[in-house]
Parts: sequence; C-alpha cells; structure tokens
Amino acid sequence: MTRSPRRVVVTGLGATTPLGGDVASTWEGLLAGRSGVRTLTEDWIETVPVHIAAPLAAEPPLGRVEARKLDRTQQMALVAAREAWADAGSPEVDPLRLQACVGSGIGGVLTLLSQHDVLREQGSRKVTPHVVPMLMPNGPAATVGLAFGAKGGVRAPVSACASGTEAIALAYDLIKFGRADVIIAGGTEAAIHPLPIAGFAQMQALSRRNDDPTVASRPFDKGRDGFVLGEGAGILVLESEEHARARGARIYGYLAGAGISADAYHVAAPEPNGAGAARAVAEALETGELAPGDVAHVNAHATSTPVGDLAESKALYLALGSAAGEAAVTATKSMTGHLLGAAGAVEAVATVLAMQQCVVPATRNLDALDDEIELDVVRIDNRKISSGAALSNSFGFGGHDVCLAFTPA
Amino acid sequence: MSQTDVLAGLAEILEEVAGVDPTDVTPEKTFIDDLDVDSLSMVEVVVAAEEKFGVKIPDDDVKTLKTVGDAVSYIQKAGIAA
Repeated sequence: MTRSPRRVVVTGLGATTPLGGDVASTWEGLLAGRSGVRTLTEDWIETVPVHIAAPLAAEPPLGRVEARKLDRTQQMALVAAREAWADAGSPEVDPLRLQACVGSGIGGVLTLLSQHDVLREQGSRKVTPHVVPMLMPNGPAATVGLAFGAKGGVRAPVSACASGTEAIALAYDLIKFGRADVIIAGGTEAAIHPLPIAGFAQMQALSRRNDDPTVASRPFDKGRDGFVLGEGAGILVLESEEHARARGARIYGYLAGAGISADAYHVAAPEPNGAGAARAVAEALETGELAPGDVAHVNAHATSTPVGDLAESKALYLALGSAAGEAAVTATKSMTGHLLGAAGAVEAVATVLAMQQCVVPATRNLDALDDEIELDVVRIDNRKISSGAALSNSFGFGGHDVCLAFTPA
Repeated sequence: MSQTDVLAGLAEILEEVAGVDPTDVTPEKTFIDDLDVDSLSMVEVVVAAEEKFGVKIPDDDVKTLKTVGDAVSYIQKAGIAA
C-alpha cells in the first residue's frame, strides 16, 4: 500500500437524468437551458398535492430479464456506471484494487412499496425473492460492484441528498490514502411515488407550481417555493493519478479535495447561518491545498427552497470570504430538478465538464435574485470562465454537508 | 397433463423468469449449472409453476428438483394427486 497521499483524477463520466439518457445529452440540455420537469400523468397523481416531477428522459436500456431483478435505482446506477466505465476506456485494473461507492438517499423505495402492495393483496408467496437485494440501500453499490468485479470493497454512504456526493468524497479518501486504485463512485435515486411526494409535501419542501412545471424549480429566485423531485444517476470513474497515467488514460481533471461536515442543528432544516456547510467547503479547499481565490466556479446545492438557498449563500461567504462573490455560481437543479441522493453525483459530472470546457451553464428561472443572496449567479446566458478550481456542494436532511473540489488537468 | 405439455409450460416460465432459451429446456438439464437459474430465481420458477399447473410444491421438495426432468415428473405426480 502506498504510504504518501496520492492525487485523485477523474477519468470517466456517466449519467442518466431528466435531461438525457447519457452525459452528452444531459450536458447539451444544461447548456441549452432545457427543463426536465413535467406534469405527471400517473393514475395516483390526484392523491397528492404536487403534480410535477422530473422523471428520466430515457428509460434504462436494459434487457427484460436483467431489469426484473433490479430496483430502478440499481438499473439507473448500472446504466450510468457502464457509460462511465466505457468513457474511462474500460480500465485494466486488479480487481482487489477496484471498489464501488454508490449512494442513494432512500434506496429501493419503489420496490419496497410495490412489494408491500403485493404482500397485502396477493399474500407472501407472491412476494418476489429478489425483494431484499432490490430494496436494500446498498443494492445499487452491490449491482455496480458485481457488474465490474470490484473485489476491493463495495460501499454505500447514506446521507439523504448528500449521498452521491459523500460516495465520491469517500472514494477520494480511499484512493488518496492508497486503499484503492480505481473507484466507480456516484449516486442514484428513484423515488417518484406518492409516498415520498406526500412526505416531502407535508414538510412544505416541494414547489406547488403545478400549473407551470418548467419554471417551478427556481433556485436563488425571489419567487422560489420549494424543490421539484427528480430521478436519475450520476457516476464518476476516479483513479489514482499514477494508475491513470500508467495506462495513458484521458484525464478530465483532479478531484483535488473533499470536505464532509454536519450541522448538528436540526434533522431537516439547514443551519441558517451556513456554518456547518461552510466547514465542508473549507475542508474541501484545505484538503485540495486551495485558496478561496482559486475558485472559479461553484455548482451550488441550491434546491430552490427558501431557507436552503439562503443558508448556502451564507456558507459560501463564511468559507470563501469576499472571494465568494467572485466565483461563477450555478444551480443546475433549475433544469434537472432535485435528484436527492443522485443530485450531487450528476452535479459533479456537470461541474467537471464546466471546469474542463470553461463554460458555466446558466441557472434557469432566475428572474429576480433574492435580495439577501449576494452571489454571482450565472443567469440568462451561459458564461465563459477562466480556468480554475470548481466546487460542488451537496447537503442532506440529517444535517449532512459535503463539498467536492475539482481542479483542471 | 402430458410430459410434453408440462415441459413446454416450464420452458415458458423459465424464459419469462430467467431468460432461458426454450430450446435449451430439455429433461436432462440441471436448473443451476446448465440453465444458470440461481436459487432466488428458482423460487420464482416454483411459484409460477404452482400457479400454472395448479399444484403445490413445498420448499423441502424444491431442493430435490435438480433437473428439468425432476420437475416435470414431480408436477405430473402432484397434478394427479390434486
């Protein structure tokens, strides 16, 4: 095992999102400012007060037999992982040095609830024998680990809407300190179902703009009234720089640093002054040996809730000082909706591409910036930026705060 | 029910549950090694067979069904008993 800390690089990207079935279509959608939010037409929709969500743009392209043993979270993670793995050039790696880290906020909730219906209506003999591996929160990580023969370890951080980001942060540590050479890392979520919708609606967390779905997700805007539930998966192939260079891999950039902290303030509400989130940002800079002025771009967590977006603005100022006002900030949830445990993983993909291509996708639906938010939020048009570090924030119910710091190759 | 009918019915179930090509479903084939039906999918096959053929296959008996032929004979006998 290597003793000295090693540098971590990004060599592969994969995603399936409300904007597209892969990274290229998702990125094109972000640059074009497309919305993945639509009115749901499911037969249960009138049972809940929120009628809009951001479903996948393309159903997972899996075979029927393969799909029937996998929860939707597992299907999406597998699709994104296959894309990321191919994008990384299908690395030759010792299976003992390969790991999978894939998080989910809620796990196989669609399977849990549909099989509960089967139990009640048809009896226990009709419950699928695949139900436990489908609903367990480590199911997607296990699916990905199995698909690629990751014998070094399979891990599944669970931290609500920070899960995918925490999986990437965990992978950072594992590679940095020599416990793995290659890690398939990210997040997945599939929870468009009346129970999660009813639950989030009861928390007053969801936008009620049922009549105008494409403008409902409006991070940082004065008129924001909650998030829009989305589904999808994002996966990164992370690798020690040494391993990637040795095989001549294409390198998107470095995952230079990662920070994880907790508010210990309230189980669901963010700490209003942003102190906990600021500690995660500060730790990401510190581990990445970065100064606040190095940050050119921030992909904000910004879910479009009144309190969350404001707390994040304060957190960035606490962590970056006046440099917080210099970074080009975007909130891609204005287009994708909020993918819960997959959000940060998809946003990590967007952050890496924005950094690599020096262009920040504009935040959509930002008609009037909240007076209390003093960030330079990119709006209306995408913005060319100079080369520099890029941060991606994710926060989750439970008071979880995670920040990733990427730097150019 | 004839052996041919039970065999055809099992082949349909195996295709549905585990994606097995119906032409591979012959009496001498073992479920696990030859047809790659794992123990979880075997439970699905059994439940579907119970429904299709109107028989009961207790869990203890499932362990004795190694080959397609074993299952066909079992279902035929259980069908007569029912």
